[in-house]
Amino acid sequence: MQIGEVVGTVVSTQKHAKLHGAKLLLVQPQTPSGEARGPVLLAIDSVGAGVGERVLLVIEGKAAGDALGRKAAPVDAAIVGIVDQIEWDETPS
Amino acid sequence: MQLAKVLGTVVASHKDANLNGTTLLVIQPLAADGAATGRPLVAVDAAGAGVGEHVFFVRGREAAYPFYPVEVPTDAAIIGIVDHWTVG
Repeated sequence: MQIGEVVGTVVSTQKHAKLHGAKLLLVQPQTPSGEARGPVLLAIDSVGAGVGERVLLVIEGKAAGDALGRKAAPVDAAIVGIVDQIEWDETPS
Repeated sequence: MQLAKVLGTVVASHKDANLNGTTLLVIQPLAADGAATGRPLVAVDAAGAGVGEHVFFVRGREAAYPFYPVEVPTDAAIIGIVDHWTVG
């Protein structure tokens, strides 16, 4: 899993049936220290995250489909948690 | 998934049988500010998109799922048309 920040929302009326009812958010993947890493992605939100929150992101199809609760859903990224706090040692000895 | 804009269409008369009947579109991935990012690619359309529209697409193995149980040999599929998106 990766850390990311929710930066926006996406509205799509016409989409694949397996995505109906799914909430789509724009997420900027980050390093644990908060630096942006790679392009902004669309992710399925299964935990009720909002813009500005740091989230736990899975970028893998099977896990994202599981988060959506549907088999063979054409998704490759999902928000599976909201991060309260990260503590880590950037320079492990 | 990623945002993209549909730039054009691809016609291929001779292709893998499991691609028959699919629409192939040229898409340009977009950053959140709408600027092009990365190289254009060809994606199978599973959302009824057309040239000039903003869409979102899925990469990898999951790109074949819209056509399940047919195993379409694709690594990118358009799965929705974007009405609008908001940043911030």
